[in-house]
Amino acid sequence: MQEHEIRQLIEDVRAGELPRRGFIQKMVGLGLTAPMASMMLMHSGIAQAQANPTYKPTKRGGGGTLKVLWWQGATLLQPHFANGTKDQEGSRIFYEPLASWDNDGNLVPILAAEVPTRENGGLSADGKSVTWKLKKGVTWHDGQPFTADDCVFTWEYAKDPATAAVTNGVYAKVMVQKVDSHTIRVSFDKPTPFWATAFVAAEGMVIPKHLFAPYIGGKSRDAPANLKPVGTGPYKFVEFKPGDLVRGAINTNYHMANRPFFDSIEMKGGGDAVSAARAVLQAGEYDYAWNLQVEDEVLKRMEAGGQGRVHVVPGGDIEFIQLNPTDPVAEVDGERSSMKTHHFAFSDPAVRQAMSLLCDRQSIQEFIYGRTGIATSNFLNNPKKYRSPNTKFEFNVDKAAQILDAAGWKKGGDGIREKGGKKMKFVYQTSVNGLRQKEQAVIKQGCQKAGIDLELKAVTASVFFSSDVANPDTYGKLYADMQMYTTTMTQPDPERFMDQYVSWEISSKANKWQGRNISRYTSEDYDKTYRAAQGELDPVKRAAMFIHMNDLPVMANNVIPLISRPRVRGANLKLVTSLSGWDLDMSALQDWYRQA
Amino acid sequence: MAGSTRASVTADTAGAAARRRAGTSPWAEAWRRFLRHRMAVASLVVLTLMVLLVVVGPLVWKLSINDIDFRARLASPSLAHPMGTDDLGQDILARMLYGGRISMAVGLAAMLMAIFVGVLVGAIAGISRGWVDAGLMWLTDLFLSLPQLPLLLLVIYLFRERLKNLFGLELGIFLLIVFVIGCFRWMPVARLVRAQFFSLREKEFVEAARALGASVPRQVTRHILPNSLGPVIVAGTIDVAAAIISESTLSFLGLGFPSDVPTWGRLLFDSKDYLDIAPHWAMFPGMAIFLTVLTINFIGDGLRDALDPRKVL
Amino acid sequence: MGPYILRRLLIAVPSLLGISVVLFTVLALAPGDPFSELADNPNVPAEVKLMLRAKFGLDDPIWQRYFHWFNAMVHGDWGFSFISRVNVDQLIMGRLGVTLAVIGASQVVALMIALPVGIYSAARPYSLFDRIASSLAFIGFSLPTFFTGLLLILLFSIHLHWLPFVFRTHIPGSGWAWWWGHIEQSIMPVMVLGLFQGASWTRYVRSAVLDVIRLDYVTTARSKGLPERSVLMKHVVRNALIPVVTLVALTMPQVFGGAIVTEQIFRIPGIGSLLIDAILRNDTPVIMAVTFVFSCLVILFNLIADLLYGWLDPRISYR
Repeated sequence: MQEHEIRQLIEDVRAGELPRRGFIQKMVGLGLTAPMASMMLMHSGIAQAQANPTYKPTKRGGGGTLKVLWWQGATLLQPHFANGTKDQEGSRIFYEPLASWDNDGNLVPILAAEVPTRENGGLSADGKSVTWKLKKGVTWHDGQPFTADDCVFTWEYAKDPATAAVTNGVYAKVMVQKVDSHTIRVSFDKPTPFWATAFVAAEGMVIPKHLFAPYIGGKSRDAPANLKPVGTGPYKFVEFKPGDLVRGAINTNYHMANRPFFDSIEMKGGGDAVSAARAVLQAGEYDYAWNLQVEDEVLKRMEAGGQGRVHVVPGGDIEFIQLNPTDPVAEVDGERSSMKTHHFAFSDPAVRQAMSLLCDRQSIQEFIYGRTGIATSNFLNNPKKYRSPNTKFEFNVDKAAQILDAAGWKKGGDGIREKGGKKMKFVYQTSVNGLRQKEQAVIKQGCQKAGIDLELKAVTASVFFSSDVANPDTYGKLYADMQMYTTTMTQPDPERFMDQYVSWEISSKANKWQGRNISRYTSEDYDKTYRAAQGELDPVKRAAMFIHMNDLPVMANNVIPLISRPRVRGANLKLVTSLSGWDLDMSALQDWYRQA
Repeated sequence: MAGSTRASVTADTAGAAARRRAGTSPWAEAWRRFLRHRMAVASLVVLTLMVLLVVVGPLVWKLSINDIDFRARLASPSLAHPMGTDDLGQDILARMLYGGRISMAVGLAAMLMAIFVGVLVGAIAGISRGWVDAGLMWLTDLFLSLPQLPLLLLVIYLFRERLKNLFGLELGIFLLIVFVIGCFRWMPVARLVRAQFFSLREKEFVEAARALGASVPRQVTRHILPNSLGPVIVAGTIDVAAAIISESTLSFLGLGFPSDVPTWGRLLFDSKDYLDIAPHWAMFPGMAIFLTVLTINFIGDGLRDALDPRKVL
Repeated sequence: MGPYILRRLLIAVPSLLGISVVLFTVLALAPGDPFSELADNPNVPAEVKLMLRAKFGLDDPIWQRYFHWFNAMVHGDWGFSFISRVNVDQLIMGRLGVTLAVIGASQVVALMIALPVGIYSAARPYSLFDRIASSLAFIGFSLPTFFTGLLLILLFSIHLHWLPFVFRTHIPGSGWAWWWGHIEQSIMPVMVLGLFQGASWTRYVRSAVLDVIRLDYVTTARSKGLPERSVLMKHVVRNALIPVVTLVALTMPQVFGGAIVTEQIFRIPGIGSLLIDAILRNDTPVIMAVTFVFSCLVILFNLIADLLYGWLDPRISYR
């Protein structure tokens, strides 16, 4: 998709010929995020859609207890120290940001009075600042008023490196000034088309100045409010047992009318995904469960109990395989998989192409993932309408065999192909996860039929995804011939996602394997386009560049996308939730209710 | 009632027994006594059959263990698949036979290692006093306190590659697992044996042996040890089951055999989510483990009765 | 006896120290990283990550970290969890009650099953009762707890809807409803653990009683005309208890350490699940604190067992 085609689509939206939602879906199909698509429209002056009010209850409270299951329990309730989304979700019950993203990529104001646009003066013409107007009359759970001082303080707190906040990266790049008691201005040092980062969504939760001020900087860990959150959210803090239980009671002074519906909330942690699914879908003991990574077959059977059903929310997560272009065995200057080496098989594009043909995505989707996964050939999700001609997926053992034969890889006596004395025996690693082990088995069989032998290796998730320098099994090291995992697109802005393929981010010993480019892919075209996109102010041009970048590692087959994984949640039949694939599950908690 | 000593044992059978005993060695005698224990013999036969099955079976039953056939998934037992298929359509019988080699080998080897180390430590601690006992008990307490998981991660992380290169993938991991499981199960055996030794070494027959000039090792091996085998045998049977299951826990953590190696414990673990959909999948490995445990137990019972000088067989 | 106890207690202190050194070294050498989730978060710049590691002293040499920990421990400071950012003793205290209640109850159940069944089986070996009891015992310990737990859940929670299977530490209401709520949700986990433990203990009790019941003094007691019951209780059981005491002492520390698999299945917030979480996330202070207390209990209960041997069998002497 070229830039001018995107501009045409935007004009279609403006003229009313293409519904806004249709445009956003197309952009998501090409690999962008809904928030980014929405920002493109806003930049072009097309107003956001009005949120449809589907909230039915007419009074606050009376709904009983909302019981939710997070099988990875929250261990912290301070959003700026969060170790992963589970802690952010736990915090989100009590704290709120200025705005959050709904499923269509629209910004929904929570603590902001309205979404800043050019028309209402929120967005400056030069793209260097955003002015947020805050809601009036909002109070913290302890009765103190919520003002601009709290936002300014949150910024100071997060940007201070001594605080060691995990949200540091977002706030260190901006400047926040108080304009008046209910207005703040966020300024950037250069024009920033994607301005909705500070104070928005998971990283945007505002903390109260009057409780955290004495604990900024080095004393941050001592703040009592770290364990007893005081926020502006729909529920007040009652009890917290790390890893096990978070309890909240209704906030009777909540700033949105008739909300929340429930009198209290209980978030229980621990266990695994299957039993969480059972608890909601079969036993009806709980109302909602997060992240059901379970085979669809099992889920369907559980739904037959008639207590609950599965919600599949599209997101940007992709399960994919990386083929190592370097040699994972030879050690050069104290590191393996060094850029100075070449992989005996995967540096040959024909071999990579053959590998892509040997992945039976269709079977994996149909028999393992079911509703919870969609076979894909693009690094990012791609509905049929916009399938690029070069990147369709195909499972064809004979064709792969032909390609390998033509490239000089002949079958030896034991049925395994070899060339120049080296056999095609590869180590294929991933994390421990029932679904993933099954995928490995399917792919191993496909490869076996073509004469390639795979040794399956599974590493415990906490080790695989760690950044431990001494451990050879981390995904950053890629000390295997091929590896597989899911990359998550939790950042609405793809720039921080696409740096996974730039050459200066290549993970190596020099940067302690913290570099984001784990697949060791390099391409001059990619690097050039990325640099250009970084400085590009026009969001449409930028989007076109990202789409171009998306295709490069995929068409070279260094990266084999397998399955696009939406978010899978389980909820009681009577529970009405409001889930977004671009923000936390709890981002619209105030709108949840139970039907009679 | 069984178990009580017959009052006139010496009078009755002394003559006949003495004539028999004149021509046979103690081991042949023990073997003869073992053969009179019906359940033990039956169990020995069953166990041997199982071992033969898993060794020879894969050569006879030709279906592959990882032939994925999605159309035949979760099928109940039938002629084509006597034990049914799992959720990827793989034949369970083939997987059971192949995995059985590993499970039985791991179960028996780990159990033997645990028993051997445990009896050794317990016997030495039990017969000596003072510092040797204190030192060995400190070692036992240390191993009891060690958190198994971090230690496992450490050992496997340190030695996996080396063993893989020396012995090949399967044998290397096999040795590692047997070592690791054995290391965590010898302590109860040691303490039980030591306790038995404490009470047995004060008994009259040991005193008598001492008075006759028997050296300490001889007292231990000929007199005390055979009588303290009771808890050891029970521990043995429990350890076999525990070893087979520990192996599956290790593999669940990514530390054991690769995920596509169908050991019985792994089959049990894979099938647990499908218990209400395809119970046959879990039933066969469960029964196999149960049968192994049962046979080992009766063989152990037979051994103990054969070695017990007071028991009349 | 007195000097023996004193000697053992004196030895206990350096042996505990020795164990703590080994524990600490193992944990320090084991792979894994407490801040692994941060690694994937592009919002966290490298300096912040390094600062966090420095703050928690993760990059200091091992012996230095050990002395830090030891010093703190001696002063009553059990450490600060990397993951939860709370004091470790708070974490442990919060879970102690549940662990003691559930695991403790299961040990009692196990004992209550093992003793009568084991003794009766041994009194009538190879009878119908013995065969059935033994078979059930074999099934009991051949099946892993994750399996039996699941079976029970499928039967009692899903199929029959009789019992809840997610353990809630907070039950609204008070009085009888509160008690019943707690009992209801504890039945299945206690049964799973208790039956598993009881299965193996039954076998040990049976074997121990069988050993004793053939001995001469039992025959003497019977021939004296004592009722069978009295023979069993007064003469047989006391002498057969030595292996049982050993076993109970070996498993007592687990009442503190929890049962990892059962806690996972039923979502019981016990110390076992705290430990496994801490291990998988390399939260070293929590692991050290829990394993250290665990090793204290191990040493303590083994000492008690050693003393009990002398009481049970007067011929055992401690020279």
